[in-house]
Amino acid sequence: MSLAYYPGCTLKTRARNLEEPAVASMEALGFKLDEVPRWNCCGAVYSLADDDLIHRVAPVRNLIRVKKQGKTELVTLCAFCLNTLKRANLLMKEDVEKRDTLNDFMDEGIDYSGEVKVVHLLEVLRDDIGWEALLQKVKLPLRELKAAPYYGCTLLRPREVAIDDVEDPTILREFLKALGASPVDFPESTRCCGSYQVISSPDDIAEYARPILNSALSHGAEALVLTCPLCDYNLGRGQRELIKKQSGFREMPLFYFTQLLALALGLGPQVCHFELNHGSPESLLKEKNLLS
Amino acid sequence: MSVTISPKRLRREFVKKVKELSGQNLQLCYQCGMCTGNCPAAANMDISPREIIELARLGLEEEIAGSKTVWTCASCLACTVNCPRGFDLSKVMEAIRLLTLRKNIDHVRPEDIPPQQRCELPQIAMVSGLRKFTG
Amino acid sequence: MSAKEKNKNPAKTAVKEEKQIEAKLIPIYIMGKRYEVPEGLTIMKAMEYAGYILIRGCGCRGGTCGACGTVYRKPGDYKLQVALACQKTVEPDMYIAQIPFFPANRALYDFVGLTAAPEEVFKLYPELFRCVACNSCTKACPQGIEVMDAISALKQGNIAEAAQLSFDCIQCGLCTSRCFGELAQYHMFQLARRIYGARIVPRAEHLAEMVKAVNEGKYDRFLDELKQVKEDELKKLYQEREAEPMAAGEDWKPKDTRYL
Repeated sequence: MSLAYYPGCTLKTRARNLEEPAVASMEALGFKLDEVPRWNCCGAVYSLADDDLIHRVAPVRNLIRVKKQGKTELVTLCAFCLNTLKRANLLMKEDVEKRDTLNDFMDEGIDYSGEVKVVHLLEVLRDDIGWEALLQKVKLPLRELKAAPYYGCTLLRPREVAIDDVEDPTILREFLKALGASPVDFPESTRCCGSYQVISSPDDIAEYARPILNSALSHGAEALVLTCPLCDYNLGRGQRELIKKQSGFREMPLFYFTQLLALALGLGPQVCHFELNHGSPESLLKEKNLLS
Repeated sequence: MSVTISPKRLRREFVKKVKELSGQNLQLCYQCGMCTGNCPAAANMDISPREIIELARLGLEEEIAGSKTVWTCASCLACTVNCPRGFDLSKVMEAIRLLTLRKNIDHVRPEDIPPQQRCELPQIAMVSGLRKFTG
Repeated sequence: MSAKEKNKNPAKTAVKEEKQIEAKLIPIYIMGKRYEVPEGLTIMKAMEYAGYILIRGCGCRGGTCGACGTVYRKPGDYKLQVALACQKTVEPDMYIAQIPFFPANRALYDFVGLTAAPEEVFKLYPELFRCVACNSCTKACPQGIEVMDAISALKQGNIAEAAQLSFDCIQCGLCTSRCFGELAQYHMFQLARRIYGARIVPRAEHLAEMVKAVNEGKYDRFLDELKQVKEDELKKLYQEREAEPMAAGEDWKPKDTRYL
C-alpha cells in the first residue's frame, strides 16, 4: 500500500538516520512511503500572526501537490513539519477568507480547502497497523531496553494538532512496549529542548537540556527516544556540554524511534546509520546484544 | 520590579497592534502565572511571560522593548496549552516580535551564525530561527 | 542615367527602384514616457530607435549574457511580465523598465577547498533558509527556469538537482530583484553548478585515455604521414573518409582500423 510521504529538508541530509530506517521498516510492514513530487520546504514553523499569509504559502503548496496526486492522506516523519503542515491544513479548512486569498495567489491550477489529512508515522503505526500487529512482526525484541520516550513540543502542541493526549501522552510508550523495550516515563518528556534558540543563544541549550536529561537519567533511562532532528541536535549538543558543566553527568544514546523500529523488525543496523547518532549508541546496543 | 503607569506612557497604538496581530483578547488574563510556571525559558527571561501580558495591556511599550523576553521565547506553546482561560500567549509573543521585525530591525543576522554551526545545524533550525528572528 | 553612371552609383539606382515600405508604429512607454516605435522591433532596438544610447543593460544581443533583464506591464493589468530586451518584440502599450543591475550578495570563497557536501552551500549562503517558497522568483525568470524548485533542491542538499534545474540561467538577476527573502538565487545556482561540474559529475574516462594516448605519441606517425600528403590528395582523403553512422551501435568499427 502506497502512502503519500513528506520528508522535509533535514531528513535528506543530517537526519538520514531518521528517514532510512523508516522507509525500510514501512516496506517490511507492507507500506511504501511515496515522496510527494516537487515538494518544497514547509517553513519549519507555523506563523503565529493573524494577518500573515505569505508564510502559509509553503506548507499549503505541499498539500496541494498531495491533492493533485489524488491522495487523501499525507504522512510525515519530522515533528516540526507535522506541526506546520497540520496547522496550515486547519487554516485552509476553517478560514474562508485566507483560504480564498491563498488559493488565488498560488495559481497552482486547483483550489485547496483542507481535503488532505496530515498524519505522523506514529499515528499510522497506532491506527492503521496497530500495536498487536506490530508485536507480531517483531523479530528482535529490544531486550527490555530502558528507553525514555521524549516527545518535545511539536507533536503535542497546540491541542488542535496533537497526535495524542497533551498532558499525558502514551503513544511512544505503547510503541516501545510493542517492540519489546521497557519504556521509562519521566515528567519532563514534553518539555521544550530549546528549539530555534540554538541559533541566537547557543550557550543556553545546555540549560534547556539539563532538566530533561537529568529527569530521564534519575528515572532509570538508558537511552532517549526522539522524533525530531532539532531535539536530537539540541539534546546531543546539550549532553556534551553538561559533561563538562555537571559533575557526574552521564551521557546517554539518543535514538530515533524509527531506528528502534527497524532494529526490532530485524532489518539490521546498516539501515539505521547509528554512526550519525549522539551518545555512542553502538556500545549500548552491543551490551544488550541487539547488534546481530 | 516597579513600573510607572501613567496616561502619558500608555501607547494605545501598541496595544491595538498587539491585539490585531495576535487575535487575542488581552483582558482574558487574570495573572495566575501558569504560563510562567510552565515556561522552559522563563529562567533566562528578565520579565516573565505573565508580566509581559500585563505590560502589553497597559501599553507599556518601552518596558517590553527593553526586555529580552520575546526573543528568548522558543514558541514551545507550553503556556498556551496550560492557560486556564484558553488564552494563546505564543501569539502575543509573536505579535510583539513582529512589531519590531516589520520595521526591518532584525534580531539575528545569518552571517553572525558561526560558519561551522551553519554546517552542523539541521535545516529546520536555520529556517525556523531566521523566520522568528529576521523580517 | 547612362549605363556608365548606373554602374558608378548602384546604390542610388537601387533606392529609386525600391518601394518604400512604412512600418506600422505602435506606442510604448519607456520609464513612463510615451514613444512611437516601429512594430517588429525588439525592446532593445525600440529603445535605441527612441533615441536611447545603451551603455548598460545591453550585451550580447543574443539572449545569453543576461544584461538586458526587463520588466513590463500592460495597462489595466496588474500582472508583472518579464523578458530579455534583446529577444522580446514590442507590443502596443507596454510599460517598460530595465533592471540592468540589481545588488546581490555574492559569497567570496576559494573553490579549491570546496567539497561536494551540501553544507558548503549552507555555510556560504545562510540566507538560503529565508526562502518562503512564494514562487515570485519563478514568475520573474525570463528563461522559464523553475527557480523555486531549484532553491528547494539546494535547501534539501541536492546540489546535482539544483545544478540541472538552473542550467539555462543567464544570471540576469530578475529573480533576486523580486525575492521576498532577499536571496541572490543566481549566485547560489552558480556555486551549485561549479560544485556539480567539478566534484559530482563523473569524469569521462575514455577522454582521459585518449588524451594520454595522444600525449604519448600514438598518433604522431599518422599525423606526420598526412603532413606529407599534397593538397589535392588531402582533399580527396577528407571527402572519402569513413564517418560513423548516426545510429551506430556500441560495437561499430570502421573498415580502416589502423588508427584505433
